[in-house]
Amino acid sequence: MEEKKIFELSFEKALCRRKRVQKILFMLFRIAALINCAALFLVVTFIFMKGWKAITWEFLTQSPLEMMTKGGILPCIVGTLFLGIGAIVVALPIGVASAIYLNEYARPGKLLRLIRLGISNLAGVPSVVFGLFGLAFFVIWLKMGVSIIAGVLTLASLTLPVIIGSTEEALKSVPNTYREASLALGATRWQTIYRVVVPAALPGILTGAILGLSRAAGETAPIMFTAAVFYTPNIPASPFDKIMALPYHIYVLATAGTNIEATRPLQYGTALVLITLVLGMNLAAIVWRSKLRKKMK
Amino acid sequence: MTENYKMRVSHLNFYYGKAQALHDISLNIKKSQVTALIGPSGCGKSTFLRCLNRMNDLIPSGRVEGEILFDDFDINAPSVDVVMLRRRVGMVFQKPNPFPKNIFENVAYGLRVNGVKDKAFIESRVEESLKKAALWDEIRDRLHESALGLSGGQQQRLCIARALAVEPEIVLMDEPASALDPIATQKIEDLIGELKENYTIIIVTHNMQQAARVSDMTAFFYMGKLIELDETDTLFTRPRLKQTEDYITGRFG
Repeated sequence: MEEKKIFELSFEKALCRRKRVQKILFMLFRIAALINCAALFLVVTFIFMKGWKAITWEFLTQSPLEMMTKGGILPCIVGTLFLGIGAIVVALPIGVASAIYLNEYARPGKLLRLIRLGISNLAGVPSVVFGLFGLAFFVIWLKMGVSIIAGVLTLASLTLPVIIGSTEEALKSVPNTYREASLALGATRWQTIYRVVVPAALPGILTGAILGLSRAAGETAPIMFTAAVFYTPNIPASPFDKIMALPYHIYVLATAGTNIEATRPLQYGTALVLITLVLGMNLAAIVWRSKLRKKMK
Repeated sequence: MTENYKMRVSHLNFYYGKAQALHDISLNIKKSQVTALIGPSGCGKSTFLRCLNRMNDLIPSGRVEGEILFDDFDINAPSVDVVMLRRRVGMVFQKPNPFPKNIFENVAYGLRVNGVKDKAFIESRVEESLKKAALWDEIRDRLHESALGLSGGQQQRLCIARALAVEPEIVLMDEPASALDPIATQKIEDLIGELKENYTIIIVTHNMQQAARVSDMTAFFYMGKLIELDETDTLFTRPRLKQTEDYITGRFG
């Protein structure tokens, strides 16, 4: 009798403690998740509060005037779009092709391990190193000069691992039963890939592409030696032109020669435009993906 | 005599890496009959089935020994094109696996990948295949809706129609009804009975009543070996071996 009571009592006590531990841990997890949201919210609100006054029609449609203390940032917006889209146009085919090779064709072995090691290391290289590489390789060695094309190629090397990674994830999420069904009907492996696997993976591939694009659009270090210049009033006409870009423009306004205090509102305005552009692209990616998914169902 | 056999398997071994999954299997498959493969889980019956259309090629560590004659050629010979083989030896899988495309495109897929371009031909072949799979009346007005909206049983009949569209000579079925409810299962079984006139069917099943209902020949597999092969009636009423009898009467497995 006595023994049973002891057991029940200790069981009760342990139960209370177990529940308390769970409650505290779950609370901590929730806080951790909320910190993410809060960080994004704070950055966006801060930039918005400081920058929204600078946003005028003139700001979005004109070139900078009077040592950049007045006028707009149109060349930077155009430049950033050129660089971002250019980088994706170059990186997407190479990235998707690599991911297809790695996930669908390659046999496990030394070569595959080496390639994977290369890709994961490429993903870990700091962006300023990409900038120096671009300067040494594209600008100087390949004699492209500081130009859109050199910047695009540098940004493409930077976004490649992102695209390969997300494409591989997307390909992995395609059930093997689709591949088997297709092969069992007498389709070749390539027919299986381009008629069944890639269409099923398309939402994921496109999401990766747009995430890569917004990453490329926001980078400063890779373009500062390869494509971007301090000031050029012209909208570029050839891929070998120099270009202005939003992130680099912010950097220039905030640190270099001109009157830093006088351009403060313009800096926040430029940052707001950049952040809106990048968030807008991400949002578009999400909408696009959910539309594609719906279409598939 | 040999003309009655669609497939002749002799001394087949299969290995996953170092583990041997099939041991010295010899078995002939009669034309226009249903052959059922039964046995407990892991006995190798699915592995055996997947050797017959070389689906096991997809397993990097897989290795085949022995001879599988399809009509008169060895399907593992270097000169044999696996794409051609799989067109002639169709397969229906355990879980219904329609593509995320519409119903029409699912059935047309095999024709398209095999190079058929003629629209009228594709349309008539799709209709014919869906009729053979006893699905046409249910979905004739929904051909351009997604196949993923069909019920499980309908999806499986769609997969059968998809397999039939490329005119295979043999249809391999890997537990085709195991994911379905009894009514859908009944429909698949009826279908198998109708299809055997024109196709040679090999079906893996866990369900012994099903094997007894649909098949002409039954092969009992155990631990990667073929234990007994006989006419279905004989195997289920007067098995030659004690091991077979124990299994079919439910004493083990």
